[in-house]
Amino acid sequence: MEEQVSGFAVKKGLAEMLKGGVIMDVVTPDQAKIAEDAGAVAVMALERVPADIRADGGIARMSDPELVLKIMEAVSIPVMAKCRIGHFVEAQILESLGVDYIDESEVLTPADEAYHINKHGFKVPFVCGCRNLGEALRRIGEGAAMMRTKGEPGTGDVVEAVRHARSVYGDIRHLMSLPEEEVMTFAKNIQAPYELCMQVRELGKLPVVNFAAGGIATPADAALMMQLGVDGIFVGSGIFKSGDPSKRAQAIVKATTHYNEPAVLAEVSRNLGEAMVGRSAVSLPDAEKMAVRGW
Amino acid sequence: MGAQRSAYPTPKRWQCAAGKGVLPMKIGVLALQGDFREHRISLEKLGADVTEVRLPQHLDGLSGLIIPGGESTAIGKLMTAYDLLEPLRAFGQAHAIWGTCAGAILLAKNVGRDQPLLGLMDMEIERNAFGRQIDSFEIEINVPFIANPEQLYHLTFIRGPIVRRVWGEARAVLTLPDGRIIAARQGKLFATSFHPELTNDLRFHQFFLELAKSESTG
Repeated sequence: MEEQVSGFAVKKGLAEMLKGGVIMDVVTPDQAKIAEDAGAVAVMALERVPADIRADGGIARMSDPELVLKIMEAVSIPVMAKCRIGHFVEAQILESLGVDYIDESEVLTPADEAYHINKHGFKVPFVCGCRNLGEALRRIGEGAAMMRTKGEPGTGDVVEAVRHARSVYGDIRHLMSLPEEEVMTFAKNIQAPYELCMQVRELGKLPVVNFAAGGIATPADAALMMQLGVDGIFVGSGIFKSGDPSKRAQAIVKATTHYNEPAVLAEVSRNLGEAMVGRSAVSLPDAEKMAVRGW
Repeated sequence: MGAQRSAYPTPKRWQCAAGKGVLPMKIGVLALQGDFREHRISLEKLGADVTEVRLPQHLDGLSGLIIPGGESTAIGKLMTAYDLLEPLRAFGQAHAIWGTCAGAILLAKNVGRDQPLLGLMDMEIERNAFGRQIDSFEIEINVPFIANPEQLYHLTFIRGPIVRRVWGEARAVLTLPDGRIIAARQGKLFATSFHPELTNDLRFHQFFLELAKSESTG
């Protein structure tokens, strides 16, 4: 009898359990309860949602551990928390708190402009953002056990989420069509590890679960991303920056399950109140774009 | 209805799944949330005809149902919203149901907190009984009631529950070396706190298909 704690299968396994579900950004224990009651599969505990990080400016860092712990106490579902790109000490702190997943996130101000965290060394699993297949496979190569397409956080504009999902799945379709002798050059061109390219070509999908994030604000947005092929949905500012968070949260949960049933989508989209005001992603000056952070 | 989910081609391992082996039994997998696709793949490798169940009418004509791993609160909430609780309870009176992890929680009578449950099995379950994600683990043990019992089975526990207590018709059928109950059976109802669907070892799914096929309820 052999007991092995937190191998990669176990890290990746939690993400498998979250599939078909919605992970919601929350900034207080009360919001976490609202999210759980609405049917969220996990919450992301943070001090400010991306829309406020944008509005406030300045440096965005890991949240106060006190807040993360209070949110962990408030709910029975998994709790995730964000650390800055490359800030492995923030990750060590979050691991010591016992969070269930760490998001090495471009929403926070990067701490390292060349390197991400070596995620293999941690017992806690990591989720990371990607814009294309190469970026996804670099993060998986570093030990990420879950991916999310980045979108443009805090905008309420789904266009970047769509672009990134189409890019990842388009690259996968292209890779699957290649004869084996062309895979090395493909790997070189997208700057991804060769072995992972071979694995994706064999599986027909990423080797870990992939959610959509960044700009999802309505049930229709969530269903759109699901139909494009993602495994589940992150909603950041879209819920608690809207007029009726509880109702909108429930509607997005239902839309993520019944993403292929337009009649259900019509039903859950009725009378949701104000969506978040939002901001067009193309109108953002380059310095304010979060998705470009990550190497 | 809307366009099919279009983003990637069917993985190769799905294509060769159908048509092998035994009778083509119709088995449902509750597909509200969680790792239902992994159960589907395992069942199809064994030749079952698999239906994803999201609404009550999807239960028609099924011989058995699997409730997958996921978040039991989210699945329970969606069961309530789409009027699945009563149809599932009725289905479980006559048919086999297997719950893995979140699915096991939903089959229980009591989980020590207020959340929607099917309450079909005489058992009490403790959620997240081993701790948080960093306490998730894998272990290899012998399982006496599956094929080739002498061959170790690789069990994966992910924020897993344990069965605190069984009574009435329910029986504990598998325990960890320290005695904690990790699988229970009550007639054609079956609950495991781990995830056979995350392995390539099909012996638990084989066991469930035999349970679904059997006439007995005991």
